[in-house]
Formats: sequence, structure tokens, C-alpha cells
Amino acid sequence: MESNIVLQYILSGITQGSIYAIVAIGFNIIYNTTGIINFAQGEFLVLGSMIAISLASFLPLALAVLIACLATTLVGAALELVFIRGLKKWSPVRVVTLFLLIFIIPFRSGLFDGFPFLANMVFCVLIAAPIAAGIEFLFKRFVKSTSNVLRMIIITIGISILMREVMLHVWDEKNRALPFFTGNEVSSIDIFGAMISPQVLWVLGVSAVIVVGLNLFFKFTLIGKAMLACSDNKTAASLCGINVKWMVTLSFMISAGIGALAGCVTSPLTQTQYNMGSTLAIKGFAVAVLGGLGNSTGAVVAGLMLGVLEAFAISIMPNAYIEAISIVILLVILFFKPSGLFGSAEASRLKEF
Amino acid sequence: MAFAFKKKTMSMGIKFLFILLVAVLCLSMGSQEQTGGTVKIGAIFSITGGASFLGSPEEKTATMLVDEINAAGGINGVKIELIIKDSGGSPEKAKSFAKQLIEEDKVMAIIGPSTSGETMAIKSTCDENKTILVSCAAAETIVEPIAPYVFKTPQKDSYAAIAIFQTMNAMGIKKIGVVTSNAGFGMGGKDQLEKYAPDYGITIAIAEVYDKGATDLTSVLTKVKDKGVEAVVNWSIVPAQSIVAKNMKQLGMKVPLFQSHGFGNIKYVEAAGEAAEGIIFPCGRLLVADVLPDNNPQKALLMKYKKDYETKFKEDVSTFGGHAYDAVMLLVEAIKKAKSIDTAKVRDAIEKVSFVGTAGMFNFSPTEHNGLGMDSFEMLTVKNGKFVLFKK
Repeated sequence: MESNIVLQYILSGITQGSIYAIVAIGFNIIYNTTGIINFAQGEFLVLGSMIAISLASFLPLALAVLIACLATTLVGAALELVFIRGLKKWSPVRVVTLFLLIFIIPFRSGLFDGFPFLANMVFCVLIAAPIAAGIEFLFKRFVKSTSNVLRMIIITIGISILMREVMLHVWDEKNRALPFFTGNEVSSIDIFGAMISPQVLWVLGVSAVIVVGLNLFFKFTLIGKAMLACSDNKTAASLCGINVKWMVTLSFMISAGIGALAGCVTSPLTQTQYNMGSTLAIKGFAVAVLGGLGNSTGAVVAGLMLGVLEAFAISIMPNAYIEAISIVILLVILFFKPSGLFGSAEASRLKEF
Repeated sequence: MAFAFKKKTMSMGIKFLFILLVAVLCLSMGSQEQTGGTVKIGAIFSITGGASFLGSPEEKTATMLVDEINAAGGINGVKIELIIKDSGGSPEKAKSFAKQLIEEDKVMAIIGPSTSGETMAIKSTCDENKTILVSCAAAETIVEPIAPYVFKTPQKDSYAAIAIFQTMNAMGIKKIGVVTSNAGFGMGGKDQLEKYAPDYGITIAIAEVYDKGATDLTSVLTKVKDKGVEAVVNWSIVPAQSIVAKNMKQLGMKVPLFQSHGFGNIKYVEAAGEAAEGIIFPCGRLLVADVLPDNNPQKALLMKYKKDYETKFKEDVSTFGGHAYDAVMLLVEAIKKAKSIDTAKVRDAIEKVSFVGTAGMFNFSPTEHNGLGMDSFEMLTVKNGKFVLFKK
């Protein structure tokens, strides 16, 4: 192979790997606090870029991305409050959410369309209120309070399905993309005869900033340390005066915000469709495991490594086998080093999951 | 133990109670039955899921057209009752919906499904139960071999491959690279390209398959670039259509990019932006309706459909919706010709129908269940973010 072709494969691998890496980072935050894997992480990415795409039509790009990240952060908080925290005991937030959801059904379907607006509303309330109260009563009576990790992981799968359906209705099934941050679709940077899109440099740059930021946050701030403490031992953490519940909410917020940023910065490359979250999340999750769960630096290195390995694998064999190649790499590494490339075996033994 | 058992049965009870509540709500919303002077037509589209960009415009178009026909008094006084099912792109769901439509709703005909895989899953079901199936999917195998009750409205894959090769001959292109998705449409296209390439003196130097959910294809395209091809053909209906275009430009590839007729949706051009400029692909005339000469027999119909659809749904028309338009019109023409809503008579009538549709001039016969010829394709290209006719 000529040297510029070799370089081109490396740059192609970095392009693909940078996408894996930035998705993988998001998994680590919630894991660091709760020990759970948030399978709705891919949906946070899609939600963030969808909001940014809608806003970018009338706002400057930077502002659109910023608002999208903040909005997704709030969604992350709301989801945690309703579904993760709300599962545990009687919850006014859940009653209201349930009531509104049920209220919409007869209201939107036009069940009482013949009546005046006010009467229509009253009828819908009369239907929705007892049902919401009934479900809430059943919840309270029969759902056992628990913070079981496996159960929470399954809930995040539920959240991802819910978010996907909502996004399908709010936006639609169409394929969109944010504009390139620098240059446009046809610009590329020439590095010794090999080409790379400027957007890839954006993805790498943003990943680097996030990784450095997270490392500083978890190592040097009180809140960061408190969050780490929660994943080590919830009881001990709360005995030290840490409000575990709010730390979990905060981890969902940060994770959602970073997911939204990742979604925005990769959107020009990958494009955005309502149902692409799970595809991104699965590969991102694999990379997060490969790099050692909870280790953001490891996630970036593992992502780039996997991307470059895949690129060279493609050079010698048909692309159709590439998924098999990456799975084999993953299995081999996990077989010899179950805690991932950069994870501590000691620490992973203490984790529940 | 007894306690645990009791709890389990209780929670089952809750589940049933909840299902009951939902069922009551759903039933109270159901529409009232209509009988007398109506013909029931089923429709299976993938309105949601991976193929939603096909199913969604198809569903909108079919609903719009049927409402329009009914508002104008129906077909010779016969109103159409359209029963739409969303398969989500799943062949298994399509199959169970087809059974439901045939056995419970007793429909005269089924329109759809949107994808080739789904259509093949219900082809024999419809034929055995003597229910007309007018598919909106492209694959050749739907009408070859011919099943008496199965028809389709989109152009054949082979015509698209031939149209691409003819253009390449005119441009003097001999050596090409082919990239296709691993979905049914992509695999079918790959077969057709490989089958017809030798006939036109074209060598396929490299053929690669990528995952339909792929988000970056620079590695594959590096390999294609390395082979020194004179053009690249991409055949897929997934968002990768725009990704291929972007990645080629990012790699500094200057050779022309050809796409399949699956590129006929302006959203892909928008998603690819600048990188879409110069893409060449075969397509029906719907997307270039406004630049067609006035004497073109399709022009009036295409302009009307485009205007109606775009005013009603506030989105750009795509060729896929057109396939549903043609499917409904085929049944309408056949019912008019048969002067009956008897399934067997309508089926016989379809084989004698000729009409102008959105995809081209349809001429059905007992040996031709697609009814379209090579002339139904035009080569289009992208210029300044719009579809225009390609001039060799």
C-alpha cells in the first residue's frame, strides 16, 4: 500500500472512531453515579440534534446548539424524576404526568367534539382523573420500592422507546442534518495527500474538551466526588450527607447534555433520524465497555482504536464482514481483560453490574 | 409461597384491568360502520419504522386521493372505504395484517406494502385467497413470475440499472465501483447491476455492501477510490445515500456518483447539501414536473398531484407517494372498466387497463403486471439543491 493510502485509511478510521468515542463518553457519567447503563443515551443524542436542527433554521448555529443542550438536559432531569425516582413511591409528578397523558387521548380524538369547549374539557377530566388515580393507587399498592440496578436498566430501555415514539410525532420520519460547523459538505483538509473532513476535527476537539472537563469535575469538585461516592456505596454516601437522589438526577442531566452536544457535533457527519439512537448507542456502548466503563479517556482511545482497526480490516476484506470483525475484537479483549482496556479489574469486581 | 402466588395473580389482574380500560377507550373512538355502495380496500404501509419515508407519503397520498374520489361522489357512485394498517416495515406484521384484511375485513384489494421484503411475504397469501394486491415496492420478483392477483406500480429495478448503464456509455465510463446497502432493495439492486453491466461493456472493479444503519462510509470509499474507478454507483434507500455523497467529497473523489431511483426524495439532497450537486440518478418524472414540456402527457396529472399534496401536507412530494397514487388509480380505472366491484371481474379488468400515472404510462396485460416501460425513467441530476433533467 502506498503511504498516502495508509494515511487515508487511518484518517477514515479516525472519522468513524471519533463518532464512536463521543457517543461512548455519555454512558460513563450515569454509570459513574448509579452503576446503571442508560440505554436511552442514543435518544439523547438524537433529541439534542433534532432540537438544534429546528432552532438552527432561525438562530445562529452556536446558540441553537447551546439551547438544544440545555433543553435536553432538562428532559434528562424530567425523565429521571418521573421514571427512575418516581418508580419508588407515591409521586405527585407521576400522577400529574399520567393524568395529562390520559387526558390527551379523549381530548385529541375528539370524543366529545359536539359539546362546547368547556364541557368537552370537563368530560375529558372526568374520564382521565379516575383512571390516573386508579393507576397511581395500583402502583402504590403493588409496586415494590426498589433501586435494583437491573430493573433501572430495563426502565432506560423503556424510556428510549418512549422518546423514539415521541420524537417521531414531534418531528417526523425524515432524515435531517445540521450544517457543517466549519466549511461545508464538500470541504476537506489535505494532510499529506490524505483527506479528512473539518467536522471530524470538531468532533475530536469537543470530545477532548468533554473528557478533560469530566476528569477535572470528578476529581476536583465536591459535587463530582459526591457523584462518584454514590456509585461506590449509596448507603455510605448518604450517611456522609450526600443527597443521593439529586446526584442521580444530576448525572442524568449531565449525561443528557453531553449526549445532546455529541448529537449536534456528529449530526453533519452521521445525519439525524428519529430512530437512529439505538444504532449509535449500541456501538457507543460496546466502545465504552472496551475502554473500561466509567473511564472517559479510555472511551475515546478505545473508540479511535476500534475505528482505525475497522478501517484497515475493510482494506483487506469485504466491508460486509466489518461488524463481525469489531465484535471479535470486543470479545477477545473482554475475554482477556473483562474490565476493558483501561478499566481497573479491582474496581469492576466491586460493582453490582 | 401462597402470598407470592396471590400477588402474582393480583398483578395479572391489574394488567387485564389496564388492557380493558385501553380497549374501552379505543372502542369509544372507533368510527361507525358504513354499508351499501362501498368497496373496501385495505392498505399496508410502513408508516413508522426504518422505511417510514416510503410508507408515510404513501399513506398521506392514498388517504388524500380516496377522500377526493369520495367527495366527488365515488367511482360511478361507489364509495371507497380505505382501511390502513401500519406494518412498521416488518414482513411478519405485513403478513398478519394481510390475513386480517382478507379474512375479517373482506377487502376487495390490498394496496402496498411499501417494501419489497414485505410484499414478497404476502404475495402468496393474497394470490391464494384471490384478493388483488397492488404493491408499492420495486423488486422484480413481485411480478416475475406472474401471480394472477399480484400487481405493482413502481418501475422495475432492472430498468433503473439499464438507464444508469446507458448514461455511462454516453459519458464514456467503463470501470465503476458499486456500493449497496444490506437491505432488500440494495441487495436486489446489486444483482441487477452485476447482471446487466457486461451487456453495456462496463466492468465492476469493486462491489461493497454496507450496513443499512451505517453512519460513516469513508473507509469503504477509500478502498473504492484506491481501485481507480471512473464512477461510483450507490444503491440504497437508507440515509446512507447522503452519507456516501458527503464522504466522497471529503475524500476528494472527483468521479461522478450515480444513485438508484431510491434517491427521489429532496430530503436526501438537503441532508447532503453541497455534496449532492451533480449526483445522477434515474427517476420518474414527478420530481421534475414543473420543467417538463407542456405537451408531455404526464404533465397535467403530475402538476395537480404535486400541488394538492404540497398544499395539504406542507412537505415536498416524493415519488414514493406517487406509487400509492398509481395503485389507487389502477383500482379505480379497473372498477370503472369492470362496472362492478366483484374481485374476479376487477382483476380481469386490470389486465386490460391503460392509464397515465405518476410513474409513467401504464399498459397492463395478462403478461405484464407492472405496465411500465423503459420510457418511464428520466435521468435526473442535482443542480443548486434542486432536481433537474440530466443532459448528456
